Amino acid sequence: MTVDLDSEAKFAEYAHPERLVSTSWLEANLGKPGLVVVESNEDVLLYETGHIPGAVKIDWHTELNDPVERDFLDGEAFAKMAGAKGISRDSTVVFYGDKNNWWAAYALWVFTLFGHDDVRVLDGGRAKWQEEGRALTTDSVTPTPVDYPVVQRDDSSNRAYRDGVLAHFGKPLIDVRSPEEYTGERTEIPGYPTEGALRAGHIPSAASVPWARAAAPDATFKRRAELDSIYRGEAGLNEGDDVIAYCRIGERSSHTWFVLKYLLGFENVRNYDGSWTEWGSSVGVPIVTGAEPGDVPRR
Amino acid sequence: MADAALPQALSDIRDEFSELEIPDRLTLLLEFANELPELPERFRDHPDLFERVVECQSPVYIFVEVDDLGVVHLHATAPREAPTTRGFASILVQGLAGLSAQQVLDVPDDFPQTLGLTQAVSPLRIRGMSALLGRTKRQIQSRLSA
Repeated sequence: MTVDLDSEAKFAEYAHPERLVSTSWLEANLGKPGLVVVESNEDVLLYETGHIPGAVKIDWHTELNDPVERDFLDGEAFAKMAGAKGISRDSTVVFYGDKNNWWAAYALWVFTLFGHDDVRVLDGGRAKWQEEGRALTTDSVTPTPVDYPVVQRDDSSNRAYRDGVLAHFGKPLIDVRSPEEYTGERTEIPGYPTEGALRAGHIPSAASVPWARAAAPDATFKRRAELDSIYRGEAGLNEGDDVIAYCRIGERSSHTWFVLKYLLGFENVRNYDGSWTEWGSSVGVPIVTGAEPGDVPRR
Repeated sequence: MADAALPQALSDIRDEFSELEIPDRLTLLLEFANELPELPERFRDHPDLFERVVECQSPVYIFVEVDDLGVVHLHATAPREAPTTRGFASILVQGLAGLSAQQVLDVPDDFPQTLGLTQAVSPLRIRGMSALLGRTKRQIQSRLSA
């Protein structure tokens, strides 16, 4: 760890308090050597309208994805991207963004695939920072480039592929999309019809726990006890479970992946980023429509 | 190069984007976002007139008027937190200003793809602008047939 942890009491309830910082902690630590603040938004221009002083921008579409293959950057491209942002291998990276930190969680998850150790989320994200009247600036940030080592991406522990989901049947799956997407009334999230699929419904046996269940109205994460009652209680997850979360393209499920892994302490959680845009259009995979999870397919 | 089907204002906007390096194209898009006009007073209390462009990831609403002279007026509103969407709307509001209904209907559907923003903004996001143009045309058609 390069920069001190946030000792806020709420965070101590979570399995991994070191993965969160509060807005007041961040304000007090801005400019500390070793700290890089990264803004990641759904809207590619939002950062330019005003960002936390010194924060750099990482856009998920244009900077984390390979331009040709539907996949993330490889080790070399990632090293180049991170180094150009002034991020070293031992940097403390704090992610924040719009939309309840969807893309912040997504970017943090991608950094995790490259084994970047000290990654944290700003609880409440951009909305809370702004709501509290903290400083935003349009000053352009020109980070001093640093060397980031070329590290091969390791998808094994935190990322699931389609075939991995097929092999996972019998173990818990969490569908974090809206109830209408889960039941199959619609193939896309309200307002996002460009990310549709050929069929509507859900992966057999998946439990429906929309991502927003984990978020409080001010975009912070809910308290530990509430999260336990949702995921361990209602969704029936048990200690030691091997869990896969999915949504439509993997951003909302990054949010849930973060909650399960770092707030609730499930060690084996994978995000299926192919998600419904792949599964709902894939040849030869089963789906279920309606409100019930459905049976585990016999294979 | 002159493009017969593309009205002057749209063609100027396209040239303005293409002359810039890719990162500067985003800056220009942000300028457009800041220039999106406020709704005229007479529409502010009439959200019912406006159609939501659901293809855009952020809430954006449009209303198209065709006046007695047959000139199209596109009105659009989108929140400050959605600058990309505001920029797309603003390009169309400025680029279509003063055109006749037929001229707007003749704008090539792939105009958004020709701005040189696909790489800067990503193809998925550009689809939001195509939807804005498509819905504008559809509203014009329904006004003309009414």
